[in-house]
Amino acid sequence: MLHIKCPHCGLRSQNEFSYGGDATVKRPELNKEVSDKDWDNFVYLRKSPVGKHLELWQHISGCRQWIKVERDTLTHEIFKTLKANEEV
Amino acid sequence: MSEKFRLDKGGLINRNKKISFKFNGKKYFGYEGDTLASALIANGVHLVGRSFKYHRPRGFFGAGVDEPYAIVQMTRNNEVDPNVRATEQELFEGLEAKSVNCWPNVDFDIGAINNFLGKFFPAGFYYKTFMWPKSFWYKVYEPIIRKAAGFGAASIKHDKEKYEHKYEYCDLLITGSGPSGLASAYAAAQNGAKVILAEDKSRFGGSLLTSEVTIGNQSGQEWAEKIISELKSMPNVVIKNRSQVFGYYDHNMLVMSERISDHLPKTEKYIPKQRLWYIRAKEVIISSGSIERPLVFGNNDTPGVMLSSAAKEYLKIYGVLVGKKPLVFTNNDSGYETAIEFKKNGIDPIVLDTRKDPNSEIIKEAKDLNINIKPSHVVVAAKGYKKVNSADIGKISDDKKNISNIENIKCDCICVSGFWTPTIHLASQSGNKTKFNEEIDAFIPSKSKQKETTLGSANGIFTLEETLKTSFKKGNELSKQITNKENKVSIPSVVEKKYSNHDKFWCVPLPEGKNYKRFLDFQNDVAVSDIQLALREGYRSIEHVKRYTTLGMATDQGRTSNLNGLQLVSDIENKVVPQVGHTTFRPPYSPVSIGAIVGREIGKHSKPTRKSPMHYWHKKNNAVFVDAGVWLRPRYYKQGNENLFEASKREARNVRQNVGVCDVTTLGKIDIKGPDAAELLNRVYTNAWLKLPVGKARYGVMLREDGIVMDDGTTTRISENHYHMTTTTAQAANVLSHLEYYLQLVWPELNVNVVSSTEQWAGAAIAGPKSRDVLQKLFPDLDVSNEGLPFMGYMEGNLFGVNAKIFRISFSGELAYEINVESDNGNFMWEKIMDIGKDFNIQPYGTEALSTLRIEMGHVAGSELDGRTIPYDNSLEGLISKKKDFIGKRSLSKLAYVAPDRQKVVGVVPLDKKTSIPEGSYIVKDAKAKLPNPKLGHVSASCWSVEYDNPFSLAIIKDGKNMIGQKLFALSPLKNKTIPVEIVSSHYVDPKGERVRS
Ligand SMILES: [Zn+2]
Repeated sequence: MLHIKCPHCGLRSQNEFSYGGDATVKRPELNKEVSDKDWDNFVYLRKSPVGKHLELWQHISGCRQWIKVERDTLTHEIFKTLKANEEV
Repeated sequence: MSEKFRLDKGGLINRNKKISFKFNGKKYFGYEGDTLASALIANGVHLVGRSFKYHRPRGFFGAGVDEPYAIVQMTRNNEVDPNVRATEQELFEGLEAKSVNCWPNVDFDIGAINNFLGKFFPAGFYYKTFMWPKSFWYKVYEPIIRKAAGFGAASIKHDKEKYEHKYEYCDLLITGSGPSGLASAYAAAQNGAKVILAEDKSRFGGSLLTSEVTIGNQSGQEWAEKIISELKSMPNVVIKNRSQVFGYYDHNMLVMSERISDHLPKTEKYIPKQRLWYIRAKEVIISSGSIERPLVFGNNDTPGVMLSSAAKEYLKIYGVLVGKKPLVFTNNDSGYETAIEFKKNGIDPIVLDTRKDPNSEIIKEAKDLNINIKPSHVVVAAKGYKKVNSADIGKISDDKKNISNIENIKCDCICVSGFWTPTIHLASQSGNKTKFNEEIDAFIPSKSKQKETTLGSANGIFTLEETLKTSFKKGNELSKQITNKENKVSIPSVVEKKYSNHDKFWCVPLPEGKNYKRFLDFQNDVAVSDIQLALREGYRSIEHVKRYTTLGMATDQGRTSNLNGLQLVSDIENKVVPQVGHTTFRPPYSPVSIGAIVGREIGKHSKPTRKSPMHYWHKKNNAVFVDAGVWLRPRYYKQGNENLFEASKREARNVRQNVGVCDVTTLGKIDIKGPDAAELLNRVYTNAWLKLPVGKARYGVMLREDGIVMDDGTTTRISENHYHMTTTTAQAANVLSHLEYYLQLVWPELNVNVVSSTEQWAGAAIAGPKSRDVLQKLFPDLDVSNEGLPFMGYMEGNLFGVNAKIFRISFSGELAYEINVESDNGNFMWEKIMDIGKDFNIQPYGTEALSTLRIEMGHVAGSELDGRTIPYDNSLEGLISKKKDFIGKRSLSKLAYVAPDRQKVVGVVPLDKKTSIPEGSYIVKDAKAKLPNPKLGHVSASCWSVEYDNPFSLAIIKDGKNMIGQKLFALSPLKNKTIPVEIVSSHYVDPKGERVRS
């Protein structure tokens, strides 16, 4: 079980969080033309990198904030955690 | 039966307390402090089971967790417990155990015929043999294999024992209380670190309990006792025996199972059986020691052949002789320690040493004791079927290839020592890529992966002096970093015997013309010939060889077999062991009972149970409850002898004719506030929200980005910047997370706050043509006429002194209202409604009637919004705004979503108007078509229409739009039904929706 440092609450066990996928995906803007390809990329296609991965977690059993976690998908090492509005 | 093999004195058992127990129905005696194994051996019992594949007789091989054979089925407190090692099970008064993997009994085992058919059971036998004919697998092979195989039978009863879970944090977790564990724990504890010291056996001290060493001026055992008693007195130290740290997980979390009462007789007091500890440790010290390696020779699985360290342990801890004519077969000095123990207790052993000219302190001591030592000698084969009665021994040539001078000598046990294998499982689980150490011919941990440090013999250090020195040092260093304190402890002097080098020789060659089985894996019956065959058949990777032959795949994880298997593969392949590599160790290190993993989260306790404030009223009024997610909801209210069908029909009919009341507290509720609240709703829902006036509710559908319907519900504008959203019971948590996701990450510029208010409100839906009459009497001061409170209207009222929110919304399709009051007033509201409703024949209705009402109205719910359907499929396309963008809108133009024959919800009525259609049935054109019969869709929900008094179902079928009026079939292979049906509109009752507006 991972140990994740919520930037709002501190170090907590993984079972307080839920996983939210790739944090680098940007939702296309509303009311803008989006090509089929770009939309499919946004909805379905995700990279599955070995190594560093910036991902979203929500501290559902804590502060309910969505946070960003930079984690190694192979070793589970967590390099840093960020608030939703922070960039790496 | 008397204890013929118990010494008159010695050992750590309590000779003042005699204990009776039963094994295979026969009564025996032992002492407090015995294991089942030591007590059986004391009684001369060596036949305890049958092997997995060949059903060869099995005895004892080890004295602890290393035991591959002696697995028994236990009975304790009338509960059976399979897969228990007799070498770990402590004796208690009334213990009952029996052999496993034998049928009809251990002495006469039909499966043993496999032994004589041995050549038909080579490596990969199961893969090769049971492949054909295919039908034989189910009828013949599988039942026979199931009967014959396995290490015991799980109980089919509910386990009445209790298991606990515990979470713990510490600075240092130390796994094993041998010399390295004690020294490092002591040093760390002195520095004020929070230490957990775990020992899997009942006694602390590890190898110190059986070795002849002096530490300071004490024996090893006395020193261990002193350290333990000091540690026990320290408040920063937790010491646990009978506790196996079996798994090393991510971020230094380890899991330990503590056996609390497995060793105790039944008691009236509450004692959990086991406790599972989840331990997050800043640093982990792996001091798990090492396990003696067997030597491989003919029939080396015969009962009476065992590890020499085990024989020594039975002698020194339990005062038990494993035999009275022992043969010690060794390639190193350890065997001599066992031989000397025998000699000291008046037994004359013979030592066969594979080395040509062994010479060391301990060998000299053995010689001085006149022990018969035969250098350059090996055991060729053990003789005897159910117990060793002699051995063929011979002289081995210097190149270890040839055997000469074979003779048979009498013996009743063979104690083998093939040097030591460090227990590296935990380090390996941590992710440590272990390395091969040529000096000890075994793998040891290399660079730490997590915060783990391996010490002592687990790290390949076999001298006590070095072990203590490094362990005190490491314990001090690691704790100092955490506590910033240092209390140096002086390292005691050590007296121990110096060892000479071991012989790099493990496998005795077969003498010419002999075809003995030489076992590598004792639990899974893998012999040298199996590995040779696998390699001949082309298997190369050790991971493949392992799976093909099952080497090391048994519950003992190959503790006694892996290295010998690797040596063999490397010999045949002409490679060195590190090139062959070892297989991966995975948790658990040792079997853990399912009960311990589950803990107290069983049955109803596996999830929380939520109850509405009106729950006890429902209960008092004969409600039959149903699980709705984590909620308990009334399914129906039983009157007299009614069943579910009759009661729900009565309740639904009363809603259609008079008025009913339903507890809708469970609906998810989200309070939404802020100047941009309308904008958020406009982006989240598919329809338009910007112009919803204050005091009005609107029905909305929300999608996922992929266009699939996520949830539906009504949202009401309470005031300018304040909305009350409702969600389905099931999706409440997901919808909240969904809103938070968009507000926090995608559109942080929106000034809106959302919070769950599900638990703040109790809800009652009043539905039926007479509902307005009831409402008027509940709120005499309000204008609740069709003009005063129109459909989708909202107002606040005073319910006999209680603030109430009144929504004119309907799920039943009737004229209906929902009243919300603060949760604590829920019951008050409910009783008022029932009281006032009496005059109008009000009846409460449960979820079954609720379903009936919505199904015949064609209102879609969870069974249609099942995570696979888009708005069109649910006939919700009218709610999709063309003017604005919203979550998931772009996906709705996907080709598949706009296909002309796209699936759509329809109504289904059986032609005979009698036969109910099982939910999940397929809709097909031709009931007799060849399989696979093309499926048009499935029945999502079924009810008995109270409006028409016949069965009615909803189905989502291909080209549903054009199917109305078609005669098709509903097939339910599960219920074995074929029902001719007609497709009708999904809006079976009141298709124009006039009632809700009346
Ligand atoms: Zn938090």
